[in-house]
Amino acid sequence: MTIKTMEQFMAEGKQPEVLFWVGSAGSYDDRAKKITKAFVKILNKANVDFAVLGAEESSTGDVAKRAGNEFLFQMQALMNIEVLNAYEVKKIVTCDPHSYNCLKNEYPSLGGKYEVYHHTQFIQDLIASGRLKVEGNLYKGKRITFHDPCYLGRANSVYDAPREVLKNTNATIIEMKRNKRTALCCGAGGAQMFKEPEKGDKDVNVLRTEDALETKPNIIATGCPYCNTMMTDGVKAKEKEAEISVLDIAELIANSESL
Amino acid sequence: MQYIPNIIFAILLILAIGYFAKNVKKLIRNIKLGRDVDVNDHKSERFKNMMMIAFGQSKMVRRPISGILHAIVYVGFIVINIEVLEIIVDGLLGTHRAFSGIGSIYGVLIGIFEVLALLVFISVTVFWVRRNILKLARFWKSEMTSWPKNDGNFILYFEMVLMTLFLVMNATDIPFQNMNNGNVISQFIAPWFSGMSEGTLHIIERGAWWVHIVGILIFLNYLYFSKHLHIILAFPNTYYGSLKPKGQFNNLESVTNEVKLMMDPNADPFAAAPEGEEMEEPSKFGASDVQDLSWVQLLSAYTCTECGRCTSACPANLTGKKLSPRKIMMDTRDRLEEVGKNIDANSGEFKDDGKQLLGDYITNEELWACTTCNACVEECPVSINPLSIILEMRRYLVMEQSAAPVELNNMMTNIENNGAPWPYNQMDRLNWKDE
Repeated sequence: MTIKTMEQFMAEGKQPEVLFWVGSAGSYDDRAKKITKAFVKILNKANVDFAVLGAEESSTGDVAKRAGNEFLFQMQALMNIEVLNAYEVKKIVTCDPHSYNCLKNEYPSLGGKYEVYHHTQFIQDLIASGRLKVEGNLYKGKRITFHDPCYLGRANSVYDAPREVLKNTNATIIEMKRNKRTALCCGAGGAQMFKEPEKGDKDVNVLRTEDALETKPNIIATGCPYCNTMMTDGVKAKEKEAEISVLDIAELIANSESL
Repeated sequence: MQYIPNIIFAILLILAIGYFAKNVKKLIRNIKLGRDVDVNDHKSERFKNMMMIAFGQSKMVRRPISGILHAIVYVGFIVINIEVLEIIVDGLLGTHRAFSGIGSIYGVLIGIFEVLALLVFISVTVFWVRRNILKLARFWKSEMTSWPKNDGNFILYFEMVLMTLFLVMNATDIPFQNMNNGNVISQFIAPWFSGMSEGTLHIIERGAWWVHIVGILIFLNYLYFSKHLHIILAFPNTYYGSLKPKGQFNNLESVTNEVKLMMDPNADPFAAAPEGEEMEEPSKFGASDVQDLSWVQLLSAYTCTECGRCTSACPANLTGKKLSPRKIMMDTRDRLEEVGKNIDANSGEFKDDGKQLLGDYITNEELWACTTCNACVEECPVSINPLSIILEMRRYLVMEQSAAPVELNNMMTNIENNGAPWPYNQMDRLNWKDE
């Protein structure tokens, strides 16, 4: 893997093509780190000249904002914007729909205006422009169902990019009954990831996993590190982890290409 | 003597419109209790949204059964109201079917009205069955008891009775039946009254006519007290609805100013405000009561017709949590009404009643159950955003009361200290590279 930081680019007097915003989950969470690496392999394979911020990256503040802590959110946002603007960043890609939404929609009015892409959109562009070819048959004949992340789907109306990318795996894509606009949340959003759920008769991730199981999938595809955790836990709760794997679209593409 | 009916009619009409106008004024006053918010932008886009979503019912038909039935009732309501014009003219001038002089087109019009009246009657009956016999889950949630439950049924009864009266009025109108033009439905009802004398028929016809118009005037005045207000407010609410991506939550400007001051190394925190730029009393962060919400959010509370599409899509509600986005809107309206009555009772001034929206109506437990997934916002057929109210109340809990669940406080402390929701060192952010 070739990974350079913005600092290194700056030292060389160069600008990368795009900044990869790794996000807190992608940096620290063991499961999400695998998604980060899969995406980096894709970027390497497509010869994308990208940079990361490394230790200069900090939480977008998204989760603080949804929890109601606007102070903390804006502190984080203004600090990040200072760094991003100092490096004259124009284009950002991230594997986390929450960072995507926050950077794309909530940073501009605070002075951070960037072109922001979700990694599925970025991969779709790489494929469309011929920079990335996905040819493996690893998933041929497998049944894949895609769980829409709320912050990519409803929040930003991005429904097609992940599906278009998935088609390249040659797998059979089956939609859940609740999909796209009506997709059910995995249960992690709005800071739920970091707290116990309120009293109820079921956990949201279990209900969503049941939606997925109805499609009799071999793989549940995700496009968000938090959804990935929630769906993985849901599959475990249903004791299906032997038959069904939960994989990010970046991982599916990287695996197809045996990267 | 012969003018007595006209005079009675005119008095009833004036009373009904007067009382309605009085309540509309109150409604506007209450909505204006909300914070100001700039929604004067993008006029053409807003107008387009109103025409598509409210006038065109574009989001209603996403659920085809209720959507199509609703469209019938909606079209029926608008079209049959043309007939109400004639009724008012007749009532005031003492004429009978004043518009019948316009020729054969009159028959065509009445024919359309009659067909629509029957379709409305059928649709409303199906609605009643869905509510009361099939017991669709969204009509039987815990917030749908007592008044909200009865209100839903009263509206249906009103419409059934009004449609029936309209058809009976036509069926017993001997000259109209003899004209045999436009009585497409009522001709089949007329035989039910065969054998009655002309005098009796006339009494029934007059009776139906009067009860019908009085019923309409009562229904008009029922609106203010009912979820049925949506027939008017859906229009402004879709006009003022958000034009931004659903994931974009507003950035509080008051916070931006303070944060910038905090981060500016040259700022003197003890400096007096510059001359003429007297620092405003920092407003409350977030919302604990209706006055802290924006007037668009309050308009939405009056617009909500309690259909429950939001709640039926809410992941928290679907898994048995207390949160119901519909209840958030109903509570907001109930509290706003309470505040309005308080103002009326205290000669125009709100007197602290020791109550507020947060705690007395909406509990912390409901607020913390939200995943901010936007399913409720997506579902609402009239562009209501319950999530925005939940967020404002979370902001109050966190920024004014430090009352977040303890795990969230830990998470936020981590972000403050090391820039991630978990307790990892920021310097280790790139460690994954070598793992």
